[in-house]
Amino acid sequence: MNFDDTPQEAEFRATARAWISANAPRQYEEELRKSSLGRTVLKNANILEVAKAWQKKKADAGWACLHWPKEYGGRGASPIERVIWQQEEGPFGQLSRMFIIGHGMCGPTMMAFAREEHKRTYLPPLASGEKVWCQLFSEPAGGSDVAGLRTRAEKDGDDWIINGQKIWTSGAHYSDYGILLTRTDPDVPKHKGLTMFFLDMKSPGVEVRPIKQASGASDFNEVYFTNVRIPDHQRLGEVGDGWNVSLTTLMNERSAIGAAVSTGFPELFEYCSSLMLDDGPAIEDRAVRSKLANWAVKASGLKYTSMRAISALSRGERPGPENSIGKLVAGSMIQDVATYALDLQGASGVVSGEDGELAGRFQAMLLRAPGTRVEGGTDEIMRNIIAERVLGLPGDIRVDKDVPFNKIPTKGRG
Amino acid sequence: MNFDFSDDQKQLRDQARKFLAEKCSPKAVRVVLDGKAPYDKELWKGLAEMGFLGVAIPEEFGGAGAGHLELCVIAEEMGRANAPVPFSSTVYLAAEALLIAGSDAQKKKWLPSIASGEAIGTLALFEGKGNPAPKNVKLTAANGVLNGVKKPVADGAIADFAVVAARTGSSGREADISLFLVDLKAGGVEVKSLTNLDPTRGQAEITFKDAKAEPLGAAGEGWSILTEVLDRAAVLCAFEQVGGADRALEMGRDYALDRIAFGRQIGSFQAVKHMLADMYVSATLARSNSYYGAWALSTNAAELPEAAAAARISATQAFQHCAKNNIQVHGGMGFTWEFDCHMYYRRANAMALGLGSLTYWEDQLIDRMRKKNAA
Repeated sequence: MNFDDTPQEAEFRATARAWISANAPRQYEEELRKSSLGRTVLKNANILEVAKAWQKKKADAGWACLHWPKEYGGRGASPIERVIWQQEEGPFGQLSRMFIIGHGMCGPTMMAFAREEHKRTYLPPLASGEKVWCQLFSEPAGGSDVAGLRTRAEKDGDDWIINGQKIWTSGAHYSDYGILLTRTDPDVPKHKGLTMFFLDMKSPGVEVRPIKQASGASDFNEVYFTNVRIPDHQRLGEVGDGWNVSLTTLMNERSAIGAAVSTGFPELFEYCSSLMLDDGPAIEDRAVRSKLANWAVKASGLKYTSMRAISALSRGERPGPENSIGKLVAGSMIQDVATYALDLQGASGVVSGEDGELAGRFQAMLLRAPGTRVEGGTDEIMRNIIAERVLGLPGDIRVDKDVPFNKIPTKGRG
Repeated sequence: MNFDFSDDQKQLRDQARKFLAEKCSPKAVRVVLDGKAPYDKELWKGLAEMGFLGVAIPEEFGGAGAGHLELCVIAEEMGRANAPVPFSSTVYLAAEALLIAGSDAQKKKWLPSIASGEAIGTLALFEGKGNPAPKNVKLTAANGVLNGVKKPVADGAIADFAVVAARTGSSGREADISLFLVDLKAGGVEVKSLTNLDPTRGQAEITFKDAKAEPLGAAGEGWSILTEVLDRAAVLCAFEQVGGADRALEMGRDYALDRIAFGRQIGSFQAVKHMLADMYVSATLARSNSYYGAWALSTNAAELPEAAAAARISATQAFQHCAKNNIQVHGGMGFTWEFDCHMYYRRANAMALGLGSLTYWEDQLIDRMRKKNAA
């Protein structure tokens, strides 16, 4: 049992570290380091532009999408090298956020299902960040139940005509392309009538409307499709096989090993270490210490769970399912941590923004936190995944499984 | 990085699991649970023959000279099997105290007989209510004899010797505490068995009346030795707790697959599934924290105090959580004496207190994290 790199890993780490040290946009390091959930902003620069510039620089030097094949803009690196890169990139990794969907989900789906000429055309600019991609799956009638989606694709010669609406599309407002899951056959059970495409987000008939979130910010969008034409050669997988194609996408989302999950604990511990309460230092208060200790072991438990997965990668094995707990634990924890940080502030905890304690750091965290428990699979879906795929418990009884899609009830009451 | 046990260590774990499945079935555990024997003597003998009792004791003192990682994987299996033997008292507490502070003669006297299964040892620290703290040690040592009462002492009624924390000063500081070795079969020692939460592991009250004792380690260093012993034992107990948590989770999972209600497996109800998923989450967090503790223990790292406290808290919570929800999944049957669920519930809650309760370890963890940050 050890934390040492193998000689090859150490060499890779040294090379990565040297390149990052010479090339990273150091002027933003402090701000990126201090960013936390709900607040990743740069005061004097457009973060989108800074992120794109950093990604392009990385791509030009062969440090983008490390695990992708070289011909598609990657480095052909091993999974463990990708993890080492993430560790070395540190706070600058925050700048990769706008590319996570494209690199983590759209790219792998294209790689598995697109035509060779499309892969060579579209993947390198996706890797370099020159083109940004989004994922158009969720709909008003299909959230956790993705296969309940209603956006129609109808064949018209060599094209497909798309009509419908997507929702919760991260980054659609700055995306150039998207992968789109549609219903091509409503007369068969819901999982069997789906088909996947990719499309140019600038196509006529695509309209993106930002959603104002409960937090006040707008990271997500509604996307409307009105008679949008997609050529058949942009279909991904067979007609009617869209569900299986989408599983490839979602599996990639959940296998992002080593990606740090934010728990809010380091921020809270730092805060409590200097905070004075009415009766003395917060860190010497019995109740505060108990809360901190309980969150500390969750945060360290997640960290070392991730280390175990990385070790499996390092040995060339596929990591086990234990990594699936990260988002589930961190999501509700950061919400509780933020709530508690405000509790410690007393009545003044209500003040957010620049006038708030620590410029409203924990207030912003609190307001953003509900989203983390929903996006990318709700807490309930994550628990189902653990129960079914890890523990081997039976799937839910699905009353709509064998019913033609257009016969499934669409309303609860009334 | 290889943050995992080696293939040899995993093989040892499999070997221990197989051995315990054979020699330590729930039926065998029940002999002790029902009060028909104070501990499983046959199993204890078998553990000695397998070399498990002395796995971390150096060869020169009669052990296998393997190491603490090997002891961790065995500990996990002992917890999984709910073994009714004085393993933790003897191996994690008494033997580790001797390894840290014993003179050559003391090690030669006791360690070989621990490894061979002839001697059972324990730590006598507590004196009634309260967590580990110098001020709670009232038993006195003077002129080579001890006077006072220790309670509860794990496995005290079957132990041959004890490491005893005693007061040798009154300055109000840690330096007032010294450790002593006492032969419990000698004069001046009175032992009374106590009823306790987990009958598969005895607890006793020991009264010392001018009992002969020899110093273990230097005078006034008792508390610092004790702190290290407790840290090591916290990691090793965490592995027992992880083993117990995993077993309780498996029992719950298996029952949820077998039991039919409302015409379906109860494991198909989300209320049950999600409860089991949460048990898996806490067991996984505990395992990962314990692995870090094992690394710190086996490399004698400066991180041991923090790692041990984290492993202790996380594993205690996980075992309690899995043991209580295992009963919940089983419904009424889980609340019968006949089903094994309560054995894990009892063990989980007894183990949560044995080295000091969560309150104590939470405090320790925060102190140690602050110390690290200040450094």
